[in-house]
Amino acid sequence: MKLIFEEDKEGRQGFSYGASDVPAAKPLPEKYRRKEQASLPSLSELDVVRHFTNLSRLNFSVDTNFYPLGSCTMKYNPKFTERVAAFEGFSQMHPLLPQLSGGGMLAQGSLEVLYGLEKLLSEITGMSAFTLQPMAGAHGELTGAMLIAAYHKKRGDRRKYVIVPDSSHGTNPSSAAIAGYEIKVIPTGPDGYMDLEEYRKNLNTDVAAVMLTCPDTLGIFNPRIKEIADMAHAAGALMYYDGANLNALLGKARPGDIGFDLMHINLHKTFGTPHGGGGPGAGPVGVSSALEPFLPISRVIRRADGTFALDYNYPESIGYIAPFYGNFGVLLKAYAYILALGKEGLIRTAEIAVLNANYCLARLKKYYELPFDKACMHECVFSASKQSENGVHALDIAKYLIDRGFHPPTIYFPMIVKEALMIEPTETESKETLDAFIDIMIEIAALAKDDPSAVTRAPLNTPVKRLDETRAARQPDLRWKRP
Amino acid sequence: MNYIPHTAEDISRMLSVIGVKEIDDLFKDIPASLRPKSFDLPAAKSEFEVTRSLRLLSGKNASGLVNFVGAGFYDHFIPAAVDSLSGRAEFYTAYTPYQPECSQGWLQAIYEYQSIICELTGMDVSNASLYDGGTALFEAMMIALRQTGRKKVILDSGVSLIYRTMLYTYTSNLSIEFVEIPVAHGQSCRKELLKYLDDKTAAVVFQNPNFFGAVDDYSDMVEEVHRRGALAVASVYPVSLGMLKTPGEMGFDIATGEGQSLGIPLSFGGPYLGFMAVRNDLLRQMPGRIVGATVDSEGRRGFVLTLQTREQHIRRHKATSNICSNEALCALRAAIFISLLGRGGFRELAERNYQKAEFAKDVLSRIEGVEVKRSSPTFNEFTVCLPCRADEAVNRMVEKGFACGFPLGRFYKGMDNYLLIAVTEKRTKEEIRRLADSLEAVI
Amino acid sequence: MDILKDLFYTKDHEWARIEGNSAYVGITEYAAHSLGDITFVELPKPGEALKQESYCATVESVKAASEVYAPFSGKVISVNSQLSSNPELVNQSPYDKGYFFLMELSDPAEKARLMDAESYRKYTEGLSK
Repeated sequence: MKLIFEEDKEGRQGFSYGASDVPAAKPLPEKYRRKEQASLPSLSELDVVRHFTNLSRLNFSVDTNFYPLGSCTMKYNPKFTERVAAFEGFSQMHPLLPQLSGGGMLAQGSLEVLYGLEKLLSEITGMSAFTLQPMAGAHGELTGAMLIAAYHKKRGDRRKYVIVPDSSHGTNPSSAAIAGYEIKVIPTGPDGYMDLEEYRKNLNTDVAAVMLTCPDTLGIFNPRIKEIADMAHAAGALMYYDGANLNALLGKARPGDIGFDLMHINLHKTFGTPHGGGGPGAGPVGVSSALEPFLPISRVIRRADGTFALDYNYPESIGYIAPFYGNFGVLLKAYAYILALGKEGLIRTAEIAVLNANYCLARLKKYYELPFDKACMHECVFSASKQSENGVHALDIAKYLIDRGFHPPTIYFPMIVKEALMIEPTETESKETLDAFIDIMIEIAALAKDDPSAVTRAPLNTPVKRLDETRAARQPDLRWKRP
Repeated sequence: MNYIPHTAEDISRMLSVIGVKEIDDLFKDIPASLRPKSFDLPAAKSEFEVTRSLRLLSGKNASGLVNFVGAGFYDHFIPAAVDSLSGRAEFYTAYTPYQPECSQGWLQAIYEYQSIICELTGMDVSNASLYDGGTALFEAMMIALRQTGRKKVILDSGVSLIYRTMLYTYTSNLSIEFVEIPVAHGQSCRKELLKYLDDKTAAVVFQNPNFFGAVDDYSDMVEEVHRRGALAVASVYPVSLGMLKTPGEMGFDIATGEGQSLGIPLSFGGPYLGFMAVRNDLLRQMPGRIVGATVDSEGRRGFVLTLQTREQHIRRHKATSNICSNEALCALRAAIFISLLGRGGFRELAERNYQKAEFAKDVLSRIEGVEVKRSSPTFNEFTVCLPCRADEAVNRMVEKGFACGFPLGRFYKGMDNYLLIAVTEKRTKEEIRRLADSLEAVI
Repeated sequence: MDILKDLFYTKDHEWARIEGNSAYVGITEYAAHSLGDITFVELPKPGEALKQESYCATVESVKAASEVYAPFSGKVISVNSQLSSNPELVNQSPYDKGYFFLMELSDPAEKARLMDAESYRKYTEGLSK
């Protein structure tokens, strides 16, 4: 498709603000004005509508395709939450209004949403309190790392390290490093669990925290998780729960009960808010009561008279991590989602998510290698190692799936599994959809034996064929330039 | 209400394929001692019930006030096509375009967004978005610290206090030395700045227009900053770039800002859009996703995520940033918004904001006791001094149906009587006149 | 896989060609091959002091970034400026046109800690098993 800049025509203007109703003012002095006008595209409204509509049709999405992208929880996003977020009473609220008049009386509706969501998330996870401000999962992790630092600092304890398993999401070590920590990486043992001996060796009073996801990135729940937490606590370290995989645990286990001291939730995963092509998400951080004084400000409180207010009076708070109260539009959608599902719906979510993943695992394990042969939780991780002996790599399988209308599983992660195929079907996919996907996966396994080139030449049906990523990195072309 | 399609028969057939009796068998790895101590949540509700109760809640917000509050977040008109195009599920129910062959729409849209940000700011390259203007400024500061190997950062006090406090929070464990340069008559104190600018300075940060609405040309300062080997960082208001000198024209190394004004609703603080664009030589220091053009095996143009070795999923604790999810959908809205307006519409938008604010200044300056600050030119926001406390005037104005501005005393000592007023293209002549009449009545 | 006789090797797959009191440094064909298409090389600055076995450069492919460690202690004399626009030279000619930099050796005796071609060949064979 042409770039929108290439559809431009001099003299065409698709939009106008109409005649001005105020008299012309003295112009701004030349010194402050831009010399060269921005070369923005100028098209008719229809041109623009057609351009972006046609672009949208080049994407796979949850609404058009099965999207079992492991670790990303691509479940169905109920439409009604979009409608709720668009209510003018919410969408037109200026975030500074509560700063104007007596403690937020102008924003009672929005504050009640925030207060209510915080209470629901606390009960779902067994944490004492939440900040809803982090704007994505990784932002939550960074907030968490700063909370960890504040906690130890208060105790006069200078600790240097954060422990992560080698199967962790890349954001975990990265977030801890940005907050000033050095990283210790614990390898995964042959049984698929974090190597407890190595863990024990690395735990000491220099360790500030252990960052884990559970079930882990292999989709496995570690039955010794409590022991891991107890060992960390014995060394004075905090336990951080990466909530990326919380979908599997709803109503089945709570990070707070297991012994985690703080955590984040990716609302765009577990609580059904749209992923938006890469964001916006929301990454609320929950803490135990020991960490509550350090939460970012402002916090939303409920007064004795039942009204809601913003409270800044937390002298030990780490401060401000967001301009306001978080990605309110996303928080509101998650709130609506949780209210609709209710207790039973949330429990059912975990159950069916785990059922679906285990069904994929059971039907595919004859055909693909399972690096750690265990029952899984919400996702299962295969390796295309058998297929790659015939030159059919995970990447080729991904491209073939695209040709057949399925979004591929995650293939570049976890790094500890070579040729990984990380499948997370989520609870909203029917048995029929899973069967169709599994049948293609079985077909691929057969082709890998009999006719590998049928797989390696994919994709054939896509708007572009395989792209030269090496060229993209060697000769970066990152923007349109006026010819 | 839930969204699970399984029939009882589906479930029993799936369980038998798995080889277990009941769903609970799938959770056997979770020891009984770790089962929830409590899970006390409300019962499910229908779509209608939840929609109705949230509609009622939305009514408890005073969203109908005539809005003259800005302070970095502006009430601009959003053409309907922005909502309908960004609301296409093929965009908003997709995720990060890891697999380019089934994500060309998203990838091209981000490439177009990056191009638009470069055009607006006059910079060389842009990334695919960050969370918001404040975190974008933090990331810009981190680039400067890495690039220079220095630890001192000079902040002009005209940079929003909201952003400055965010920078302090994020760096509280990183031993960065901050210096704040005071603002006099709404503008940066150049002499003061030169006193502190030295060979240890990693970055100097300016905002244009600054928090008080004052417009400046920082070219001279940027030159001084470069002479000392430091980087010049700008936080800018994108709508103003339809008119104002760009960070690129002033020689800035990094331009960041809040993109909310480009077709994104105020929505009580988010989701918003952090943008960042840099000079070419800082490209590999940039945080976040970047989309690049390349060719496919048949030589056709296509787009991919590129330069990923900067990122956390590859370089882990040595990445340029920890960001993973960004604000892609908001970036898409910005790209659609700008495309709809086009060159002419975007210039018109900037001019209209300027004209309306100048008109408001004119009308307000006729009120006895109200002093409109005119020491610097402004874009669409300006400061007035009232004969009474501004927060009290604001409260009285709420009763008259106006959010009449932001009382600067909340952020700045000694400015209790000062009010910051933003006038966007949405405010009509009649609303501006009523604002003046009402203000006259309450002070 | 090519392994040149007159070079010294590290276990991280750097090579050094000693010429008098200086050495050319690069990465081996084994390393270049396992990284795949090299897209970017970040080199030290001329004049920079390096310590044996400490970080001195980064080499990147599309989906990986690897650190390069100095085979010797000493000062960087000059770098291969060709690599900024033609990183593919590392794949095409790892021991010649794709060298990284030339350095002055502060202690040539440090070569005792490096492998000769034969030991490096055995070492890489052990890795691929």
